[in-house]
Amino acid sequence: MDFPEELKYTEEHEWVLLEGDLVSIGISDFAQDQLGDVVFVELPEPGERVEVGKPFAVVESVKAVSDIYAPLEGEIIEVNSELPDAPESINTSPYEDGWMIKIKPDDPTALDGMMDASEYQAFIEEE
Amino acid sequence: MRFLPHSNQEIAAMLDAIGVEKIEDLFSGIPENCRLPRDLQLSGPLSEADLLRHLQALAAANRVDESWNRFLGGGYYDHHIPAVIDHLISRSEFYTAYTPYQPEISQGTLQAIFEFQTLICQLSGMEVANASLYDGASACAEAVLMALRAGRNRSRVLLSRGLHPGYREVVAAYVRFLDVELVEVPLAADGCTDRQAVADLLADDVAALVVGYPNYLGVMEDVEALAQLTHASGARMLVAAAEPLAMALYRSPGEQGADIVIGEGQSFGLPLSFGGPGVGFIAARQKDMRSLPGRLVGETVDRDGERGFVLTLATREQHIRREKATSNICSNQGICAVMVSIYLALLGKNGLPQLARDNYSRASYLREQIACLPGYSVPFPAPFFNEFVVSCPQPASEVLHRLEAEKILAGINLIEEYPEIENGLLICVTEQNDRAQLDGLVAALKGGAA
Amino acid sequence: MSAIKSKGLILDEKLIFERSAAGRCGYDLPVLDVPAVEPESGLLRKEIEGFPELSEVDVVRHYTRLSTWNYGVDSGFYPLGSCTMKYNPKINEVAARLPGFAHLHPATPDRLAQGALRLMYELQEALCEISGFPALTLQPSAGAHGEFAGMLMIHAWHQAQGNRRHKVLIPDTAHGTNPATAALCGYEVVPIASDGVLSLEAVEAAMDEDVAALMVTNPNTLGLFESNIREICDLVHSRGGLVYCDGANLNALLGVCRPGDLGIDVMHFNLHKTFATPHGGGGPGAGPVGVSAELAPFLPVPVVVKDGEQFRLVNDRPQSIGPLRTFSSQFGILVRAYAYLLTMGPSGLKRATELAVLNANYIRARLEGSYHLPYKQRSLHEVVFSDVGQPNDCHTLDIAKRLLDYGFHPPTIYFPLVVQGALMIEPTETESKQELDEFCDALLAIAEEAKTSPHLLHEAPVNARTRRLDETLAARKPKLRWVPEA
Repeated sequence: MDFPEELKYTEEHEWVLLEGDLVSIGISDFAQDQLGDVVFVELPEPGERVEVGKPFAVVESVKAVSDIYAPLEGEIIEVNSELPDAPESINTSPYEDGWMIKIKPDDPTALDGMMDASEYQAFIEEE
Repeated sequence: MRFLPHSNQEIAAMLDAIGVEKIEDLFSGIPENCRLPRDLQLSGPLSEADLLRHLQALAAANRVDESWNRFLGGGYYDHHIPAVIDHLISRSEFYTAYTPYQPEISQGTLQAIFEFQTLICQLSGMEVANASLYDGASACAEAVLMALRAGRNRSRVLLSRGLHPGYREVVAAYVRFLDVELVEVPLAADGCTDRQAVADLLADDVAALVVGYPNYLGVMEDVEALAQLTHASGARMLVAAAEPLAMALYRSPGEQGADIVIGEGQSFGLPLSFGGPGVGFIAARQKDMRSLPGRLVGETVDRDGERGFVLTLATREQHIRREKATSNICSNQGICAVMVSIYLALLGKNGLPQLARDNYSRASYLREQIACLPGYSVPFPAPFFNEFVVSCPQPASEVLHRLEAEKILAGINLIEEYPEIENGLLICVTEQNDRAQLDGLVAALKGGAA
Repeated sequence: MSAIKSKGLILDEKLIFERSAAGRCGYDLPVLDVPAVEPESGLLRKEIEGFPELSEVDVVRHYTRLSTWNYGVDSGFYPLGSCTMKYNPKINEVAARLPGFAHLHPATPDRLAQGALRLMYELQEALCEISGFPALTLQPSAGAHGEFAGMLMIHAWHQAQGNRRHKVLIPDTAHGTNPATAALCGYEVVPIASDGVLSLEAVEAAMDEDVAALMVTNPNTLGLFESNIREICDLVHSRGGLVYCDGANLNALLGVCRPGDLGIDVMHFNLHKTFATPHGGGGPGAGPVGVSAELAPFLPVPVVVKDGEQFRLVNDRPQSIGPLRTFSSQFGILVRAYAYLLTMGPSGLKRATELAVLNANYIRARLEGSYHLPYKQRSLHEVVFSDVGQPNDCHTLDIAKRLLDYGFHPPTIYFPLVVQGALMIEPTETESKQELDEFCDALLAIAEEAKTSPHLLHEAPVNARTRRLDETLAARKPKLRWVPEA
């Protein structure tokens, strides 16, 4: 399993990437592996706000449904419009083609509290 | 007991393998204070011969038999049922199977349901349909819940007064403890839903308008005009077809702009059976596919690339999404949906429209004859299908009682549900009512009017 | 002789639309003996696009062939846990088709439908006697519908008391319908953990002023009797709540224990499980609900009552939750259950329960050792194994699919959720020792195959109508109806 160094990770198995003043969000390689073949993704609309601990998207496999929780607060600037037609991207390319939303965070320093790749790996081994 | 195969020797051998002395020992997990200290007080056992005699006597106590002339509709219709249907569904591979959880040995059920979904879409003019629901009224309630989910913050639903009263009551029971307001839309003088009232009631908190097709008074609504109004305010147009045979004669609800079509499939090959089992159906637009309640069958391929069918989009359902499911339903009306499919396949593209036209012709004939009788009138001028309202010169209860003596069940008394219609009687005509029966009813009605 | 019990000719068959040929019709209409008329043309439908055109023979062949791709109880052993796939007596099918029942319109006046109403009343009385509840409705169309009726009654009762409780407790072993039903009734779901059976302490810790009800299944989905049920009911009542019981597993209790005597307030029955009405490939079933006297005023309308020697359907019940279906019941299913009860009698029902429990325990004894048994307590009518310890990447799904090759319907799999890779086996009483032995032999052979030739499991099924089907494709690119090729 792959956990790129440049990303930050959450206990809900999302990854986040700060680029300029935008943060991209998706789910980790571990999360996609647990879910199995993703068949459907429901994304929010740009302009909506995301709040910590509130679900902003739904990812479905054949026999499971997962709410995806926002790791930080902010406004949605862009969503991955390719994803609904190619949900398998979450399995095949969780960190690139499988990105879900880009937000403008209210407080970019909130990323500092998140796990780096090695901490996240230790976290999932414990789980 | 002929269904219990165990011999005493076998029981002894099984107990021995388990390692207990007697069957009672297997119940040691049930505390003494939970046991029933006596025998159940019930009738039986009866042999098959005795049982059949008993049941025949009960069936005969339902005094209406084939010698009666019946004009009852109101949501359940007496159409001829081709002999083929009962023969085919008596194949026990169909009726003794469970829900098709193991698709490799359930392709018969799965393909038949896939065909049912297709037939319902074709007939209603819609894009997707599910594997069936309990009945027309519960399907209507599920459709209302679906429209509320899709409408997000919209919490009011408009129900036409012409919608089947049973459907309206069931919708009310379903949403009773949810944050939903139901508003009744009155009828106009022609028997259709009052369009001006709809326009006045529509607002940005309205999720849906529900009308009948035909409505309970037998009238064909102008779905197209209602759908335009409804869509303009961002709500969904729901159409409930209690007599879906009408869809073979009139423009389909889908063609007229409905967003969700529900209905009762009993007309298509199911016995009246005192009101059940029937079969509810629900059809929708592609955009609402994932909000559909209940089972869905989809096409796929097996490992060798051969076509096959599976239950799909299961993540909408209770066993996966639990409290967030689209419905708590986990069955469908299985074999009843197969009966509908067989019926529709037999009649097909040629037979079903012809049958619908014949129903209409017979109903038109009777309606005209009754309208000419002194004291009787037909209050609603709007187009109708195989059912219509008559205003009688005496209370409908008196008319019905009088005709019962001549072995005629002339219709349904509307006094409780529609007291505003003077001495209202709802009369239904199908292909089962030949001209002699129609003339007989006219003569009998006339007899009392004099 | 090989333990594999399947081979044979399987005929191909297209979709009914692909069989269609223009101009055919499988139905002859009666001669129209009144003038033919049509509504004004602007309202008329043109044609039903895509609808099939077939002769009667086409239709008969089509469905006959489809039927041969199915497996039913009449085909063989069908040990789906919690589904009670017992034999469906044939006389019951005859009973439901008697013209006096089958041709009876629901709007027939009560006085002309006395036979049907008597049957309903007597069935109601019999189910009350079996379950220990003083009042009952036959109306709900299935188990989940009964559950809904029951929870609506609980909500209505609380409302009538002026209570504003908004939570429902549901153990982790529960059927998925329980939380879905609670949500549909406007309740918030609070899960509680159990260790095989529910403890008084677990309920006590969760039972606060906001809890309207506890939903339990007894015996639960592990086949275990909830042995603390009396004490739990007392506790819930003392704190102002009610107890709902999912009666899906009543087949373990007939003549042995009556849930209504234990303090349970509401329970639904599944006539298609316990009372031998056929499952019909998914329905129709029927889910009557028994209630305590206190909840009786809230029963759905109409209710069947007896006035002297006359039976009536009564709608005038001001506290009723209202009707939940168009007409009073799935009557045809009630006829079958009524016939079953009379055939069995009280002694036969009790014997059925005893033999159902004997059969489940016999399977347990034969398979314990080869399959992991996560809960060791004495189980009743069903037994739950898991795939823990199966070698070579062989899992529950593989075991189930290999059973198909051996000619058996697999058990319920991956449920209950508290057991990893669950195989939930419910044999019912109508299976003989030979049948159980053949099934156990097959499962034992499969356990051996998992060790020595796991590809047989991974490749399975090879003898069924289809190989394993691609469920991912079905869900990713949903194709829910046939469309003509462009």
